Amino acid sequence: MAVAIDAEVLVIGGGIAGLSTALSAARTGADVRLVSEAETTLHHASGLLDVLGYPPNAADDGPVVDPFDAIPDLPDTHPYAIVGEQGLRDGLAMIDEVLGEAYHGDHTDANALVPTHGGTVKPTARYPASVAAGLASDDRELLLVDFERLTGFDAGVAAEHLEAAGIPAETNAATVEFPIVVRDDAKVTRYAHLLDENPTVTVNGREQRVRTALADAIEPHVGDAERVGLPAVLGVDRPAEIRAELRDRLDAAIFEVPMGPPSILGGRLEDRLYAALDDAGAEIESGGGPIVDFDADGGTISEIYMDRSGSRIPYAAEQYVLATGDVAGGGIDSDRAGVAEPIFGCDVPHPDDRYEWFESEAFGEHRFAQFGVSVDETLRPMGEGGNPEFSNLRAAGAVIGGYDYPAEKSASGVSIATGYAAGRRAAREA
Amino acid sequence: MTATSPHVLVIGGGSTGVGIARDAAMRGFDVTLVEKGNLTHGTTGRMHGLLHSGGRYAVSDQASARECIEENMILRDIATHCVEDTGGLFVKRPEDTEAYYQEKLAGLRECSIPATELTAAEARRKEPFLARDIDKAIEVPDAAIDPFRLCVANAISAETHGARIETFSEVTDLLVEDGEIVGAEITHESGEGKRVHGTEGSVEEIRVDHIVNAAGAWTGEIAAMADIDVEVRPSKGVMTIMNVRQVDTVINRCQPKGDADIVVPHETTAILGTTDEEVSDPADYPEEEWEVDLMIEELSKLVPILEDARTIRSFWGVRPLYEPPETGTDDPTDITREFFLLDHDERDGIGGMTTIVGGKLTTYRLMAEQLVDHLAEKFGMETTCRTAEEPLPGSEDAGVIEDAMDDFGLRSPVAKRSAERLGSRTQDVLDTDGANPVVCGCEAVTRAEVGDAIEQSGTDLNAVRIRTRAGMGNCQGGFCSHRLANELHPEFDEGRARAALDELYQERWKGQRHALWGRQLSQAMITYAMHAMTMNRDRDPASGDGSLDFGAFDSGPASSPGTTDDAQSTDGTPDVATDGGRGDGRGD
Repeated sequence: MAVAIDAEVLVIGGGIAGLSTALSAARTGADVRLVSEAETTLHHASGLLDVLGYPPNAADDGPVVDPFDAIPDLPDTHPYAIVGEQGLRDGLAMIDEVLGEAYHGDHTDANALVPTHGGTVKPTARYPASVAAGLASDDRELLLVDFERLTGFDAGVAAEHLEAAGIPAETNAATVEFPIVVRDDAKVTRYAHLLDENPTVTVNGREQRVRTALADAIEPHVGDAERVGLPAVLGVDRPAEIRAELRDRLDAAIFEVPMGPPSILGGRLEDRLYAALDDAGAEIESGGGPIVDFDADGGTISEIYMDRSGSRIPYAAEQYVLATGDVAGGGIDSDRAGVAEPIFGCDVPHPDDRYEWFESEAFGEHRFAQFGVSVDETLRPMGEGGNPEFSNLRAAGAVIGGYDYPAEKSASGVSIATGYAAGRRAAREA
Repeated sequence: MTATSPHVLVIGGGSTGVGIARDAAMRGFDVTLVEKGNLTHGTTGRMHGLLHSGGRYAVSDQASARECIEENMILRDIATHCVEDTGGLFVKRPEDTEAYYQEKLAGLRECSIPATELTAAEARRKEPFLARDIDKAIEVPDAAIDPFRLCVANAISAETHGARIETFSEVTDLLVEDGEIVGAEITHESGEGKRVHGTEGSVEEIRVDHIVNAAGAWTGEIAAMADIDVEVRPSKGVMTIMNVRQVDTVINRCQPKGDADIVVPHETTAILGTTDEEVSDPADYPEEEWEVDLMIEELSKLVPILEDARTIRSFWGVRPLYEPPETGTDDPTDITREFFLLDHDERDGIGGMTTIVGGKLTTYRLMAEQLVDHLAEKFGMETTCRTAEEPLPGSEDAGVIEDAMDDFGLRSPVAKRSAERLGSRTQDVLDTDGANPVVCGCEAVTRAEVGDAIEQSGTDLNAVRIRTRAGMGNCQGGFCSHRLANELHPEFDEGRARAALDELYQERWKGQRHALWGRQLSQAMITYAMHAMTMNRDRDPASGDGSLDFGAFDSGPASSPGTTDDAQSTDGTPDVATDGGRGDGRGD
């Protein structure tokens, strides 16, 4: 048998929870390795870092202004209740430091209301710098622009929707043809790369750069608008430069509207977090393969096995952190008979009857949205009896159950807070 | 058409109703059709999509079997763009009796249904996923038919011949004067004409020369409005949709009768069916877990990979079975699949209405022909039925489809799927000057096709869905329902588009609930996260009371909002260049 690849702390999962865990453990001084099955996961996310918009037990229908205020009232089993307000603040401080000027929102405890591609606003705690000028609480007149062939965002619908939500700014909309007519069903990344590369294009017999031509197409629609919002495709490599150029040509602030998958904002966030983790000295192994088995001795995990193109590769560590996500990403698995955590077989509380896993309303309080492991006060998954499943296994992010992150708008915050806490604890015990 | 054409009101927008509307309009009647939901709202929109060869009835109900094979051949000609010639197999397992197999073979021959015996090896060469232990099979000309496309094509043809088609228009009363039915009270959910969300309803009295009650499972309710008793015996059946086609041929189990004995390949999916259970109310009956489990477990005996395959949704349909009073059949599976034409003047002494009930989609055209023959005789009109020869819109010239394929700048799978759906209308629909991006990626539906459907059906996105298949693939509208709603704008305002989106999203959710485990549960969570977390559609302030205090929230990092200028920031662009491999996930 091959000698196991060794680390002090082994983190399984490459989303925000896994990255936060690995960063936290590495900064605490541990020798850290992160393994993830998929090459990328964050392009599924909007790139916004939500903390808490709608507490599960709130009396009011509206979003909370201050998410930290709401934490003492959460149920004891909520991940925020387990790590505490200070745990959340510490985790956010770590991420704020890593992201620096690329993200905003750390100047206040208040949530921001961000217009997204769905047309309405959503509460979030941190947002990319490129999104800042679009906030709904800003009362400057705005223009939303969409591209004729990009179906994920319709500026006209979004502008009317924002008005219906009652935002304090006047809204306008325009549809323009992207200067290079890309294929009718081009991926969003194609637009981003064209803006990065800024090639020359002939428009009305005139040779122009793509960015200039785009600004020229938008310019007649700007009017009195002081800010212009575009779908979040403004570059993968040079977003600030692209926005600055558009700003100068249009004499208006430029912002991006977060989009659904594949999300360029999510991709940029992923790049930054991986770069920071690399700087912190962690070993990163993305896209290796799934973890298919493990060995344990007396309630302590000794090794886990990755399936890499059919070979079983052993990994050993003193401490393990499970950050594999929820049912959406396969961190929690199910069949017609039941629900389980597939790697270590940790208990996942769920009703026996699968017809109790969901509600009949599409946006009902679905039990499946809360499927995940239960954890003790040190984030160790617990068995049915309430004892830790393993002495050296912790969980972080959406693999933890008991909260409905799409309803709460709490996905990133929980991942960051539990990842930070799990990483620190694992590093200290390693 | 002359001013003296008899005016006929057809109640019901399923295959029978639209078939009658088309036939009657072609023969010179003045036709109005009303349907309480969208077209195919009832049984037609909730069937497995089998175009019967008649094989299933070749032993037990040979009259139905003969009608099926004749109509099967006619529909292949007049509805080419609705039919996929999959062929069908009756598969015998070791536990199925040889005696029944021989009866089936004899019955097929007696009914002139082409039948070829295959050995187990031959059957498995044709369908490699058939179970290894099957005995043998009989090949028959079963096919797959798209009931939505078929009904819409009939409705378009009826309109071309002068008919008025009103959907979301419910008959709320029949007008009876001196023992004669003279008309009906119609309640239009959103006014007359196309359905538009947020439009006020209206009530209309229509006085006609004759009414045709083709309301399927609701036939009895309509008849009761004139104190006529027609006892329909609704029988429910489940259909479970798989995410891929495990088979390309219709697979039937060769046994007398039984639940869960058929798999029909349909577009990108395969549909498992079904059960047969009498229910008391066609609109309200239990949809049960055991029925879905039964489909998977029983049909895995024919196609074992179904056991662990992904299902994307299940739906139930109600067969409007009818048998003459006093027949007294106990088991709904034994009730005849024949259809009945009830002239209420002769039957009940109340003139002005004829009911057509029973039958099946495969014989819809024949049912319409006989019903309209009856009307013609009633009104002393010399007419000839032309529906067996005249192709439906979309099936007029098969050559057009191939020619049109390369013309629209669409990648070949997209163009191919579009042309299969649109048939001879491909050129008309896709020949647009504007941009034509794909709106639904799973089913390859473009903006032009969606626009064509919106033109036909207003803001009703479920009507757009059944016309185009948009939202019917693996993600069940998760990635495209909001894109579809955006296509309604600017013709319709944002509030209407939002109402239409909410309705479509809920409709897609309804069927998925029966498929929520494994990968489809993952899909449901991804969809929920996209729509609730990223788009905040579950807590949309625009749908609330409008009291959100925007001033209390963060207005940007600068001290005063007016000076915010994001581009001053460095953006923290990492110095690692990325390779651009990002974001090639699904969706766009």
